[in-house]
Amino acid sequence: MTGALLEVRDLHHWFGGLHVIDDVSFTCRPGIVKGIIGPNGAGKTTLFNLVAGSFPPVSGRISFDGRVLTGLPPHLVAACGISRTFQATRLFPRMTVLENVMVGMHARARHGFLAGLAGPLFTRSEEARVREACTRVLDHLGIAQLAGRGAGDLPFGRQRVVELARALAAQPKLLLLDEPACGLNPRETEEMSALIDSIRARGTTVLVVEHDMSLVMGICDEVLVLSYGRMIAEGTPREIQGNAEVVSVYLGADDA
Amino acid sequence: MRRYAPVVLLAAAVIAAQLILSFLKLEFLLTQLTMSAYYTLVALGLCLLMGYAGQVSLGHAGFFAIGGYTTAVLSTAGAAALSFAPWLSLPAAVAATAVVALVIGVPVLRLRGHYLAMATLAFGFIVSRVILATAVFGQADGISDVPGIRLFAGLVLSGKRTLRVQNYYIAWALVTLGLLFAVNLIGSRVGRALRAIHGNEEAAAAMGIDVGRFKLAVFVLSAVYAGVGGACLVHFNAGIGPGEAGVMKSVRYLALVAAGGMGSPWGTVAVSAGLTFLSLRGAFGLYDDAVFGALLVGIMLFAPEGLFGLVARGRRT
Repeated sequence: MTGALLEVRDLHHWFGGLHVIDDVSFTCRPGIVKGIIGPNGAGKTTLFNLVAGSFPPVSGRISFDGRVLTGLPPHLVAACGISRTFQATRLFPRMTVLENVMVGMHARARHGFLAGLAGPLFTRSEEARVREACTRVLDHLGIAQLAGRGAGDLPFGRQRVVELARALAAQPKLLLLDEPACGLNPRETEEMSALIDSIRARGTTVLVVEHDMSLVMGICDEVLVLSYGRMIAEGTPREIQGNAEVVSVYLGADDA
Repeated sequence: MRRYAPVVLLAAAVIAAQLILSFLKLEFLLTQLTMSAYYTLVALGLCLLMGYAGQVSLGHAGFFAIGGYTTAVLSTAGAAALSFAPWLSLPAAVAATAVVALVIGVPVLRLRGHYLAMATLAFGFIVSRVILATAVFGQADGISDVPGIRLFAGLVLSGKRTLRVQNYYIAWALVTLGLLFAVNLIGSRVGRALRAIHGNEEAAAAMGIDVGRFKLAVFVLSAVYAGVGGACLVHFNAGIGPGEAGVMKSVRYLALVAAGGMGSPWGTVAVSAGLTFLSLRGAFGLYDDAVFGALLVGIMLFAPEGLFGLVARGRRT
């Protein structure tokens, strides 16, 4: 499909003898929120990690924004404009919230070891720019008041939002969210939905792996269903809800 | 600019110590303070590597020795080659340390935690055994009669008694500069990246940080600190022995960084200056190594935030 931001073709991956991703192909148009759902062990997170470059796929091709990503290490994938969050939040616990978010802007800043050693004369203007942009991200997500707090001291729900801020600070074209509602209470889940909505409204494409059906059905423009590593359906939330195979494999079997 | 307070404080303390000791006619103590400055440089470099990037090294005595032995050989057996500019042996020594760190770092930094500790420990062993086995390094006798080095503006890196005060200032100016660089780096994008790597490597990589390259760069930088310390001390002491490369020395540097509070450059400088000075004065007698070993165990068990953390905690309760 032309005009796709992300294109995954004939992707296969094995862990030992386990065929965790079995011939998955899909595209993601710019500006939408696309959900990936499926029962536990369906390969959702593996698919995610493959897109993010955590490890290379056994075979297949991933292209993004006109470039082939397959085989690139995660930091180069990030530099292409893909940013992510993790299923269990992985903040830098001994850094402040603002510092965490500033790390998110790493690829958007330049200065290296020599300028760093030489001091503020060489880094000040860039640091001010990074700090200002990151403060804006915190504002946008409504957590500006947490800027100076230690990230490790925050309650879990807040950590989730900080991780989202860190990913957004990279000003990504594509945002990968790995179960953003996992561990959140219903009110926090609703807030998370609203945040994802506002991120899309600002033009960022979002690919989200999620268990929470209310979140998926509420915010996704398209949904892709995985089961045992295979794609069993793809369509709008409404089409997915009406798909008999999905209902039997996922909704029916899993009680979700 | 509050983060530069430790640098200013250090510079003030350095000057004050010299004035007081000279006034009290205790100038001979400047000799051990000068030596402790060069060991402190090693600890400071290790602090960047361990405290910020979270990468353990039990081989820093090896880097110290590489810096020291390189300039020692170039100033004695190899002096003829550098007769046009003897001071070149100093940059050569630092370059040698950096190259070895680069070559060792590429394979070794793939390892994490205990494995990295063991690999760097083995590196230290290798350096130490190579020195003991190689004739040009003087084997067990080490290298003696290393001449002083004329720097610039009349400064001479040497242990001559008449040059004691200026050498004290040369040494501590280097530490102050080292601290300034460390503070600069920590407060920059690079420092943030190093701390992020310490916190979570996968997340750091996902933020676009080239984890392998940053680890390698800070490893080399840290080795350069050690190499500078080793190279300068050789000329001040007029010699070097294989003991400098010993594993116990590496453990000592580790203990100093831990006691300084791991991620605290000024804490490392303060603790290292004090304890190394006492050790050089012979305050710990034959128990010298045991004291540093015990310090490491004690810090790990009772004060993981370091000695100053312990004081702060005591004040709170």
